[in-house]
Amino acid sequence: MNSIESSIKDTKAQELIIDGAGCASCVGKIETALKNVTGVENAQMNFALRTVVVDGEVDSEDLVQAIESIGYNARSAEDTSDDELLDEKEIADQKYYTSLMRQMWIALGLGVPLMIYSIAGGPMTVETTLERGIWLFIGILCAAIMYFAGKHFYVGAWKSFVNHSANMDTLIALGTGTAWIYSMVVVFFPMAVPEMARHVYFEATAMIIGLIDLGLALEVKARGRTSEAIKRLIGLQAKTARVVRDKKEVDIAIEQVLLNDIVRVRPGEKIPVDGLVIEGHTSIDESMLTGEPMPVAKEEEDEVVAGTLNKTGSILFKATRVGKDTALAQIINMVKRAQNSKPPIGRLADAISAYFVPVVMIISIISALVWLNFGPDPALAFAVVSATTVLIIACPCALGLATPMSVMVGVGKAAEAGVLIRNGEALQTASKITAMILDKTGTITEGSPTVTDILVADKSYTEKYILTIASSIESRSEHPLAQAIVDSAIAQEIDPEDISDFQAIAGHGIEAKLEDHHLLFGNQKLMFKKGVFLGEFVSKAQKLADEAKTPMYLAIDNKLAAIIAVSDPIKEDSIEAIKRLQNSGIRVVMLTGDNRATANAVAKKVGIKEVFAEVLPEDKSNKVAELQAQNEIVGMTGDGINDAPALALANVGFAIGTGTDVAIESADITLMRGSLHGLADAIAVSKATLRNIKQNLFGAFIYNVAGVPFAAGLLYPFFGLLLNPVIAGAAMAFSSLTVVSNANRLRLFKPQEH
Amino acid sequence: MMIINLFGLVLIALIIWWFWLYKPAKAIDSTMESVTVIVNNGVYDPSRIIVAKGKETTLNFLRKDGSPCAATVIFPDFEVSEELPVDENKAIELPSMAPGQYPFHCPMKMYSGTLIVE
Repeated sequence: MNSIESSIKDTKAQELIIDGAGCASCVGKIETALKNVTGVENAQMNFALRTVVVDGEVDSEDLVQAIESIGYNARSAEDTSDDELLDEKEIADQKYYTSLMRQMWIALGLGVPLMIYSIAGGPMTVETTLERGIWLFIGILCAAIMYFAGKHFYVGAWKSFVNHSANMDTLIALGTGTAWIYSMVVVFFPMAVPEMARHVYFEATAMIIGLIDLGLALEVKARGRTSEAIKRLIGLQAKTARVVRDKKEVDIAIEQVLLNDIVRVRPGEKIPVDGLVIEGHTSIDESMLTGEPMPVAKEEEDEVVAGTLNKTGSILFKATRVGKDTALAQIINMVKRAQNSKPPIGRLADAISAYFVPVVMIISIISALVWLNFGPDPALAFAVVSATTVLIIACPCALGLATPMSVMVGVGKAAEAGVLIRNGEALQTASKITAMILDKTGTITEGSPTVTDILVADKSYTEKYILTIASSIESRSEHPLAQAIVDSAIAQEIDPEDISDFQAIAGHGIEAKLEDHHLLFGNQKLMFKKGVFLGEFVSKAQKLADEAKTPMYLAIDNKLAAIIAVSDPIKEDSIEAIKRLQNSGIRVVMLTGDNRATANAVAKKVGIKEVFAEVLPEDKSNKVAELQAQNEIVGMTGDGINDAPALALANVGFAIGTGTDVAIESADITLMRGSLHGLADAIAVSKATLRNIKQNLFGAFIYNVAGVPFAAGLLYPFFGLLLNPVIAGAAMAFSSLTVVSNANRLRLFKPQEH
Repeated sequence: MMIINLFGLVLIALIIWWFWLYKPAKAIDSTMESVTVIVNNGVYDPSRIIVAKGKETTLNFLRKDGSPCAATVIFPDFEVSEELPVDENKAIELPSMAPGQYPFHCPMKMYSGTLIVE
């Protein structure tokens, strides 16, 4: 342990990146602060790059602290980036693969000729002295192979044994060890063994080691493919950025970009960090993050996101999130975390895994005892073969790999479609959803309503005056439809009037005063409550509502002045996506605070039969509970801001994003693009993943449940069948490979099936 | 034959005792010394680690085994899962924890260990 600690502290020179150093005079301050840290021999700052190189034996944490204590931020430049980590991992995997393959050739080099010899009918028995000599030589050769090609099994088995645990290594070490030791006993003391049982199994030992090395090697390769999605995400990160420093544009490493740096991106380049456009306009391809195929237009004040691709224009933007804070970095983090989390379906396999290996060892002993007591001659040989075969055929790996491999691929696949799944549990529950509640505004509709009609009831007011009053009231409201009226007034260059006594009545509207006029603005309920006579305008409002518009009433001095209708256009692919949900057997319900008539009209357009209308914001979660009380597994989809409690209460909460503006922490599943197809994709991927897990688990269970008794010789009394240990070794080696390959099949899954 | 059967039964009893009934007592106290967990040959060493309650903790992991099984360590109770590079120290930060025992393991639970929060 000491050598490791000292190796960390031995770092002679290290580089720090400083945030917040705005002037050249900071340089002296920072250098002095660093030099005062015990152990530092020298500190030199490069102001242009905002980096400091520190010499001396000192922990980087202490340096960061010293800089923070004088009011700057610092981080170590040596933090390994995801990119490098990935490269290292690939190199390590490749190294492991090569060594396994080499070991395989060594083992099969002896195993295959021996195997051919035995299949060809060559005697594997020990009778004459010459045979003893030859087999002794082969036995020693076999021991060498066990050392050079299978050392890792024996060392691993011993280490875990000492730790009171057992794993695959234990089984292989015991299995091959038993075969070898028995064979050596036959060679050295043939007299101790009944004549018919004087058989050697060196070929089994060598073959099993070789085959399992091969299986492991192929598994390493197959496993590499399961992380393809995360590799792709990490690959989106730009390596360098062009920033404006001291009025010049310079290319610097991505790690050195600081908050508030001005970054230049030219056409065809990747956006290096998150930021706000300050100059220029362009269109940006965000499909790699959101799954949204159309490029998005960006101009000043618009957000740009790291990893997306600038298509047409050259822009300057201000960095708002860098390093580990960018949306891309957070997405990568979340996907990684989710890929390694386990859905509840995997728990049974985990519970079994904990007992698996010792149980197999016990079965193997019982099987040997049964053969010795009741078996035909040569009972000892049968006992050894069955004990070995049981140990070798049992495969805890297939069981252990079944769930994590599929989750790895499934979560990655979802991320490719712009669906971020929080963890394995969300993935599993999403596959079982029976009812889906969709919030109307912003989920089914665009969430950007516009004023469509103004019906003046009292002819003494002009349309412009109505809009002036309405926008004056609404400029102080937080209602989603309010913005539409304010925008409309701005478009017509109307200045708001000064409103007093503003009072919002939840679920109804607003009461206020303009000079000495009393104003009411809201829905029909508000008008009825305040006793405003509506007359024929009730049916006019109904007509607007039937067109999926939301009518709002304005009363001045308790007399109806006008109806203003606002409409929020339905997203163009909502209809299709909702049909996909319904086709997969999900009960789709719409939820909105809007009036019933408008809600019904929207629902009818998109093909939804059930509507919860006029729901107050705080009642949204009650509706989720209502469906849950009907034994539904409820998914709730909303923007994640106004409906957070409902999302939290639902069995699975889906936050639907607009572009890459993700509220990652708020939901079980985050949909990066606005389209409801993302929702249908999320459910399709989760179903496919769960199906894949079940196939894997079923396969692994059946394999072990059928394989172990067969290996023990259960079929021998009936059919005279006993499994050859070499075949058991092959079966074992390829069973876990099969599981990984089946999980890899998920990569081919295409969610966009209409 | 009697002896062999008896021997087999004793062996089974030993397996049950060694793998299931035996409770390891040894644990390394990370509050007293800095701990680096070596990941090699199917085990975390040390595998039982005492950490202080109510305090963020950093544990160092050093993976020496090339097998992909060893590549990730998971602390399921804290939603922490980290990739371990080969032959390179990896510091893993854990949130402040309530007293209790928390497992950590590789994705397949071949490697496993316990955090004892006191």
